[in-house]
Amino acid sequence: MSEAAVGITRDEVAHLARLARLAVTDEELDVFAGQLDVILGAVARVQEVAAADIPPTSHAVPLTNVFRPDVNVPCLPRDEVLAAAPAAEDGRFRVPRILDEEA
Amino acid sequence: MDLTRMTAAELGAAIASGETSSVEVTQAHLDRIAAVDDRVHAFLHVDTDGALAAARGVDERRDDGETLGPLAGVPLALKDVIVTRGIPTTVGSRILEGWIPPYDATVTTKLREAGIVVLGKTNMDEFAMGSSTENSAYGPSHNPWDLDRVPGGSSGGSSAAVAAFSAPLGIGTDTGGSIRQPAAVTGIVGHKPTYGGVSRYGLVAFSSSLDQAGPFARTVLDAALLHEAMAGHDPMDSTSIDAPVPPVVAAARQGGTGDLTGLRVGVVRELSGEGYEPGVEAVTREALARLEKLGATVHEVSCPSFGYALPAYYLIAPSECSSNLARFDAVRYGLRVGDDGVRSLEEVMSLTREAGFGPEVKRRIMLGTYALSSGYYDAYYGQAQKVRTLISRDFAAAFETADVLVSPATPTVAFPIGERANDPLAMYAADLCTLPASLAGLPAISVPSGLSEGLPVGLQVMAPALADDRCYRVAAALEADRGHPLTEEAPAL
Repeated sequence: MSEAAVGITRDEVAHLARLARLAVTDEELDVFAGQLDVILGAVARVQEVAAADIPPTSHAVPLTNVFRPDVNVPCLPRDEVLAAAPAAEDGRFRVPRILDEEA
Repeated sequence: MDLTRMTAAELGAAIASGETSSVEVTQAHLDRIAAVDDRVHAFLHVDTDGALAAARGVDERRDDGETLGPLAGVPLALKDVIVTRGIPTTVGSRILEGWIPPYDATVTTKLREAGIVVLGKTNMDEFAMGSSTENSAYGPSHNPWDLDRVPGGSSGGSSAAVAAFSAPLGIGTDTGGSIRQPAAVTGIVGHKPTYGGVSRYGLVAFSSSLDQAGPFARTVLDAALLHEAMAGHDPMDSTSIDAPVPPVVAAARQGGTGDLTGLRVGVVRELSGEGYEPGVEAVTREALARLEKLGATVHEVSCPSFGYALPAYYLIAPSECSSNLARFDAVRYGLRVGDDGVRSLEEVMSLTREAGFGPEVKRRIMLGTYALSSGYYDAYYGQAQKVRTLISRDFAAAFETADVLVSPATPTVAFPIGERANDPLAMYAADLCTLPASLAGLPAISVPSGLSEGLPVGLQVMAPALADDRCYRVAAALEADRGHPLTEEAPAL
């Protein structure tokens, strides 16, 4: 397998980590930058295939518009669901602040 | 009589006839787990009370005169990626440590309906990403044939449990080979059903267009019985196929007669050669000779696009995973780290995911994020999807001259724990043989074909969509020719 580096930089990996909501450490950035560079170099081989006229396959079994009967069924028990959450309050999920305070 | 040495079919019959009870059978396996699992580490959670209660339920139904199904009362090891109401489900990850699911997966429901007794939840590579269980946040499982080697992965806990006689049945999930590869390296039978054959409802998602649950067992008939119990259309999974379950049990019985007269076997040229151990290739050649002896005709076929399966898979699966794993947002379930009342949701989310995911999961999330990002999408993800089309076309052409296609199930025997842990590409190569059928959504089985230097080798048998029965027929014929399950030859633990 060819392992030609694609030249992904440490800064690009930091950007990917931000997009993916991963607070990676500086040490991880060094390790991941090297590893992702090698992996991307290997998987870039898909570009060797001349495939201008080949349709993409997103799914091995072609399916469109799958419906099931529209019947009322009970939802999951609220207390059990909230008991499995990191924090709950007044019968709802409790989350850290979403908006900046000084608005 | 040692109940742990019996097959699931034998146990089911003995329980139904009253020769033994499900409680006795279940207790024997719980005792076996207590005796060996400190060395094998197949289980993340043993549900002793729940298993014995389920066993008592089956025994009571029998005492009431109810006719029981073929696997009623038989114990099973369930991969920890399948959710179980009231029983912890971690997916091998810290991010779900301590999570008690509020619902059952359809597979779990079907097991209960069949009277199958769930002994506990088995170890796995975190989020099913890996080929060795070394990516589990809870430490690796060990191969019962050689405790210093991996039991394969990602479903290595289930394969180790079945090979160690801790359970006669196991359930794994296979995205790129995670049933077939662990089955091969532990000397047991493992089948990946046609995509859509088994419901994915309650299977914690890794790569939704590829994930598929399937059976492990020490015999082909046992795997077929479990396949029938867990398969079938499910309105809760929109990708579930609305068609009858292929007649896999009948096929296993038919194959068990050892007659393959008229069957056309295609050997995939591209799944051999460089990267394949000589011992694996030798055992595979022997298996082909045995297929001919049993009446099959064997010829070589070429599938030129298979050489691109590995790069295509390692773009498609990470892309889907980067999307699927976004649900771990520190809000609805699992871990939350750094919530000090000051940090924002986004900061808490990032700290939680950093603390909760292991390195392989992070690598794949970032790889997928890259492959899907603007400017790279066409060159990576888009191109990988086109390769997927080409692989399906190669299969279609090969099945014009062959009823089944065969290859080794893995390029090597079980490798030592630690050998590939820091080399992602070497680890990915363990899936070399299994990826094409995954990408095309086709059924494929791994059946023990022999030993190389004392370690198991598996033969992969692939079939067209919804022809899972062909896999079982060929596998059962090879097993019948050997005369006994390969695990009978395993060293005592």
